Amino acid sequence: MIWVDTIVQGILLGGLYALFAAGLSLVFGIMRLVNLAHGDLIVMGAYLILVLVTLLGLPPFVALLFAVPLMFAFGWGLQKFLLNRTLGDDILPPLLVTFGLSIVLQNALLEGFSADSQRLPTDALTTASVAVGPLNLGVMPLLTFASAIAVIIGLNQLFYRTSLGRAFRATSDDAVTASLMGIKPANIFATATGIALVIVAIAALYLGLRSNFDPNVGPARLIYAFEAVIIGGLGSLWGTLVGGIIIGVAQTVGAALNPEWQILSGHLAFLVVLLVRPRGLFPRAHD
Amino acid sequence: MALLETQGLTANYGDFQALFGVDVVLSEAETIAIIGANGAGKTTLMRSISGVLQNAPDMVRFEGQGIGALPADEIMAQGVAMVPEGRRLFPSLTVEENLMIGTYGRSTGGHWSLETIYDLFPILKERRHNPGTALSGGQQQMVAIGRALMSNPRVLLCDEISLGLAPVVIKDIYKAVPAIQAAGASIIVVEQDIGQAMAVADRVYCMMEGRVTLSGTPSELSREAIHDAYFGAGH
Repeated sequence: MIWVDTIVQGILLGGLYALFAAGLSLVFGIMRLVNLAHGDLIVMGAYLILVLVTLLGLPPFVALLFAVPLMFAFGWGLQKFLLNRTLGDDILPPLLVTFGLSIVLQNALLEGFSADSQRLPTDALTTASVAVGPLNLGVMPLLTFASAIAVIIGLNQLFYRTSLGRAFRATSDDAVTASLMGIKPANIFATATGIALVIVAIAALYLGLRSNFDPNVGPARLIYAFEAVIIGGLGSLWGTLVGGIIIGVAQTVGAALNPEWQILSGHLAFLVVLLVRPRGLFPRAHD
Repeated sequence: MALLETQGLTANYGDFQALFGVDVVLSEAETIAIIGANGAGKTTLMRSISGVLQNAPDMVRFEGQGIGALPADEIMAQGVAMVPEGRRLFPSLTVEENLMIGTYGRSTGGHWSLETIYDLFPILKERRHNPGTALSGGQQQMVAIGRALMSNPRVLLCDEISLGLAPVVIKDIYKAVPAIQAAGASIIVVEQDIGQAMAVADRVYCMMEGRVTLSGTPSELSREAIHDAYFGAGH
């Protein structure tokens, strides 16, 4: 029974990793841009929520509602005025610029908030649990997982049911021809990064509620996100969820065997998938 | 007054000059054809008009306004739609989504809608939920034309729409031209197939090495004159 519990906890943890990864997957899927600052943007989002909670005295979930438009605007501007300039046939400029952005963000957060570890204020909800059959599941992990599912369903609806979604896919296929349809690729990319940072804000909320964070934890979140995206197959959102779950389960199973193995076993699972299916579990048909 | 015209249009790819002062005039309700061999500058001309390549503002004028320096999406929004060379359907989109994206930058209302496109090319209705790229070349060309028509353009630019298609398929596609004209679009076709161009166009421009070497109505132009304009005199 303890194993069932371990695996279920791992699946729920996978929801958090899928939230970390969904924005990364979205941006890569639309503009082939690998954002190395993604983890630091999550941490920045957590500090933004912390500031809103502290200054305005809001509960974290309400603070998220204020953080969402701010993060969207930040992502839109970041893409429009900085990252769009790095896009082109060469994949190196976006890597260098987002790597630099990662360092800038870490140091700015360090200046502004010091290296002290922070946490969003918790209440009864954070520690509550529900009994499902013989298992005791934390409300917070369940909420995280449900949010990951909701984000992925929402993104799929956006992609396949709306005019904006068609424009995303068309621009991703062929930006020049998309411009002949009246689409401004620069604005489409800016909107995509804006949406990615909305997901980052959601991920940041759960990061801050579930664990301590400080300005330097971003790169590790980036690695988990990357692994989830690669396991799932680049650009596939449901694949990203599966990738997150695989890492989550590997971590909880590893931790159950020996607490020191938690992080390592997640990375090992990633390497195994990479060996067996180098293009991930659900690669796109055309690329 | 000219609906769309180029005046002394030049274009460069880096150090390579592809157009040397091209003057082309398209009047309201007219169909013109641009013919010429590979490398004559026909596609460069279309890319300059549609805004994929940008020029000095007054080198391309639409309804009296200089549009030469505008980007492609703004030119499309004004009513100049392009059927690009090689069809260029979006592989991630179904046939119907490919058509619907044609209205993204301009949805003015008018004759063309999904229903009227399906009336024009009935085969597309049967295949509307297939990926665009799963269709035959001729059907893909129909989607590309339909996609451009969805915005109810004033000017339709067709770049090499018969390229790589069987003669019987080309005939099928050109059968749509009268309906497109009747719905109020003026048309520029770029063609390597001279017979097809002469049959459909009110006037023909022949290009060679980035210049217009001959123009006139199909009845004015002799085979020899076209041959000379196409390959250069002395061949």
